Amino acid sequence: MNRVVITGIGVYSCIGQNVDEVRDSLFKGKSGIGFDAIRKEMGFRSALTGILPVPNLKDKLHRRFRNSMPEEAEYAFLATDEALKMAKIDDAFLDNNIVGILYGNDSTARAVIEGIDVMRAKKDTTLMGSGSIFQSMNSTITMNLSTIFRLKGINFTVSGACASGSHSIGMGYFLIKHGMQETVICGGGQEVNPHSMGAFDGISAFSVRENEPTKASRPFDKNRDGLVPSGGAATVILESYENAIKRGATILGEVIGYGFSSNGGHISQPSVEGSARSLKMSLKDAGISVKDVDYINAHATSTPIGDAFEARAIHEVFGDAKCPVTSTKSMTGHECWMAGASEIVYSLLMMHNSFVAPNINFETPDEDSAKLNIVSKTIEKNIDVFLSNSFGFGGTNSSLIVKKIK
Amino acid sequence: MSNQEIIEKINGFLVDEFEADINLITPEASLKETLDLDSLDFVDLVVVIENNFGFKAKGEDFVNIKTFQDFYDYIIQRVNQPA
Repeated sequence: MNRVVITGIGVYSCIGQNVDEVRDSLFKGKSGIGFDAIRKEMGFRSALTGILPVPNLKDKLHRRFRNSMPEEAEYAFLATDEALKMAKIDDAFLDNNIVGILYGNDSTARAVIEGIDVMRAKKDTTLMGSGSIFQSMNSTITMNLSTIFRLKGINFTVSGACASGSHSIGMGYFLIKHGMQETVICGGGQEVNPHSMGAFDGISAFSVRENEPTKASRPFDKNRDGLVPSGGAATVILESYENAIKRGATILGEVIGYGFSSNGGHISQPSVEGSARSLKMSLKDAGISVKDVDYINAHATSTPIGDAFEARAIHEVFGDAKCPVTSTKSMTGHECWMAGASEIVYSLLMMHNSFVAPNINFETPDEDSAKLNIVSKTIEKNIDVFLSNSFGFGGTNSSLIVKKIK
Repeated sequence: MSNQEIIEKINGFLVDEFEADINLITPEASLKETLDLDSLDFVDLVVVIENNFGFKAKGEDFVNIKTFQDFYDYIIQRVNQPA
């Protein structure tokens, strides 16, 4: 069995467009949430969303590459470019080694809608243009990045709803652990446009606290009223410990545990039992006890039932261990397919800068969150081991554990 | 639209949409080689022609278009063709 380590991270999110900006936002407890007026015109219940600019890649990528990329692939390109540079993986390395990609993504709504709109208006498929098919497929991020970075290893998209990014890291960990890959680019990307979120808004999942955008995402708080959608992309470079040492890479952390489960129940309602099984499996895989975990990055999205069920699951597994718990979604909103990867990046930044980022807007606990040690203000803390939860529609659960290498 | 206006419009979208270097666009130059066109790019050429001139070019129309002048002549002929 190989040890699996992280040697590069990159991120493009509503709280920063690179690792340094994001680290500062996490430390300050800065919210990236705002009001997008166009959503009201489109009939949304809530116009709240993570706010981030669509990148301009004209100077970075040839027209042919850009033509095939929807916004989520653009975010993923920037996050991956940053992560590869941090890992000191250059063009020569990519050309001479088998590097794979497993990336979480679960929608391409805008590309599909815009393509179909042209077909309906023009009654001609050719006039949809050559980029539409490559932008519209769910594997758009992996197909684009594998082409841009000339990757030669594993290459597919992981679609596991809001646990997609986490499962991508888990699967990359599994392949490297068992010797099937040496280096895998993992991550998650999420489109932010209104088209991608209308149906989600339609099931009344979003907070309607529109008069206070930065206070709307309030995981675990008694007065939470729903999640705030968000997006971007985050990348984590995984490789075998042996390979990282051999090439002199800086090791940011070691993935020591991956747990997963399916609730086997309702399509949108979470499950304490299913979540707890994922947590327990990750701890067993890591070979550690709950007392060894210094920080939990919760999935908690700020929905009334989801946060309550996760709090019960964490309490069931951790008991009265009083491990600090925060949901960085209080600042970022719910980054959906990206979240499981971005929250590994956020937690690694806390680990390397010895702080726990706050669960902002946690003002009044409810009966479930009162049983956890939820941190509402930034605290200084040494983190040797953290656990990150991600849960999704259909009852898919994923838990990852990362350890600092000293 | 005059022939010159058509040519200017074509050069405009080749620069804007295909990011062609205007200095390399000469009547005798090869359209395919100068713009480094692959099979997918020809689909997008059909799209920009339709967007700019309102007619749908067919794949076989490009068989005899070798140079920019051929391309200009083709567009001019189609634009001036009675509906």
